[in-house]
Amino acid sequence: MRFSKAWLVATRDFKVFRKQKNIWYPIIVFPIIIAVLFPVVLNYAQTRNEGLPAETLLDLMNSFSLFFIIGAAFIPLSIASYSIVGEKVEKSLEPLLATPLTDGEILLGKALSALLPTLVVMYAVSAVYMFGMDQVTFGKLGYYYYPNWTLGTLLLVLLPAAVALSIMFSIIVSSKVNDVRSATSYGALIFFPFIGIYLASTTHIITIDINNLLIIAGILLAADVALFFLSTATFRREEILTKWK
Amino acid sequence: MIDTEGLTKKFGDLTAVDDLTLHIDDGEIFGFLGPNGAGKTTTIRMLCCLISKTSGTATISGYEIGNKADSLKIRKLIGLVPDNVGLSEHLTAYDNLDFFGKIYDCTAGQRKDNIKRLLEMLGLWEKRNVLAGAYSKGMKQKLVIARALIHDPQILILDEPTANLDPEASKTVREFILQLKSEKKTIFLNTHNLDEAQRICDRVGIMNTQLKAIGKPQDLAKTVNGRRTVITIEQVSNAVIAALKKLSLKNLTADSNTLTFNVADPDKENWPAVEAIVQAGGHIRTVNVVGSDLEGTYLKLVRSEA
Ligand SMILES: Nc1ncnc2c1ncn2[C@@H]1O[C@H](COP(=O)(O)OP(=O)(O)OP(=O)(O)O)[C@@H](O)[C@H]1O
Ligand SMILES: [Mg+2]
Repeated sequence: MRFSKAWLVATRDFKVFRKQKNIWYPIIVFPIIIAVLFPVVLNYAQTRNEGLPAETLLDLMNSFSLFFIIGAAFIPLSIASYSIVGEKVEKSLEPLLATPLTDGEILLGKALSALLPTLVVMYAVSAVYMFGMDQVTFGKLGYYYYPNWTLGTLLLVLLPAAVALSIMFSIIVSSKVNDVRSATSYGALIFFPFIGIYLASTTHIITIDINNLLIIAGILLAADVALFFLSTATFRREEILTKWK
Repeated sequence: MIDTEGLTKKFGDLTAVDDLTLHIDDGEIFGFLGPNGAGKTTTIRMLCCLISKTSGTATISGYEIGNKADSLKIRKLIGLVPDNVGLSEHLTAYDNLDFFGKIYDCTAGQRKDNIKRLLEMLGLWEKRNVLAGAYSKGMKQKLVIARALIHDPQILILDEPTANLDPEASKTVREFILQLKSEKKTIFLNTHNLDEAQRICDRVGIMNTQLKAIGKPQDLAKTVNGRRTVITIEQVSNAVIAALKKLSLKNLTADSNTLTFNVADPDKENWPAVEAIVQAGGHIRTVNVVGSDLEGTYLKLVRSEA
């Protein structure tokens, strides 16, 4: 597998994305929710009456931080749906498959084209989020809560595992459907586990700490491995030409 | 250059290509003719290593299809014009070609030169910065031919390149293919268009799941009495008819000024008829041979299947 060839596929996709506005909505919407809306809401809550107790603030911030994982699942989903279903609609995979590119190179290229924008956006957003939250909560807490190792674990371990899961899930879904809308709606199934974790944390079924995050990450990685084999099996030239409908 | 031996492809119970044995020489234009569902596209896909074969063997320049290491080399040797154009519609024509050039490891200089040369030859250079999605069908088809040639492949495989094209665009494509022949490329052309095959192919194969016939278009045409000679004369007289009857022509019909009969080899058979008419006092106006000769063979072979 030649990385340079996968990169070629990815850069062509980036060029295509520039012209497709629909891809940009999730990339813009999620960051705004996380980086702007959350600090603003918390700030508003702080200015009313006594404000929230420190305990509650910490709880809320930990729950909010799970939205990074939800975003990490959502953004690649919409990109990969476009980049794979889009090729299906244009039937542009066949000529690509007739070139000396290997299946692995094409698949990696597709994965990179969804992975890189997601990571760039999510890490940029996390910086804004941490800064905003620190400004809002410093008065009450007396110290800067972020950066800390809990969020660090979440961003550096859990987030890439979630992105990978979402990308492979999208590849599998895209191979079965014919339009972007159904790709995104079936793909939305990927949210349920993450929303589940979020709800579990807001209802105190689980606490967000490094240990628990690592356990969740372990489960995600196992799912990653399983989906990896499933998606590479789906993404074989013969399958694409004869079974992708 | 392209050799197949008993090549077979089954999709479940359905046999799409059955026991295909072919030999195509370097620098040859080979036409692959057949009705819908004859297995032409399936054959091409096997040759390009896009789908696996069920049995048999095929080699391209000595590389074997079905062998994983060889398949990358085969794909490098071949330029494919698939039945669906499959352009990236959101990229410009130039970017579409440039991307494929990069895949084949062409240098920046080669890409630049080849893109310019090909687009100019096909009359698309002025529109190089237009999005491929905004191209007309004919322009897209030409662009795909340019894409298949970007790495200057030895072998060009085209799956119905002139389907959907208007007569003028078809003509451009045909002339372009002939020009490639002069560059010594080997060309494998799938087509429904008998006339086209007859005009540009050195040899044609008639396919209907199995290969029904193969040979030079004019040789294949001789194998079947599909053609008729039509002679118009000023006045058909009894003397003329009597003279022609002596020649034992097949299916002779006559009305007041037209005579027609079946002809297998016009070069040999028309002259005695003309001579007989003239000697019997007939004034000949025109002599024509009608019916696409290849068409007769084609229809007969394809229908015998059913
Ligand atoms: N992926 C597939 N799965 C099942 N059957 C297939 C598949 N691809 C092709 N076939 C069948 O194989 C046969 C040959 O198809 P093929 O596309 O090769 O025909 P063709 O000669 O190219 O026809 P056309 O002129 O319509 O393009 C058809 O009966 C077709 O239905
Ligand atoms: Mg076909």
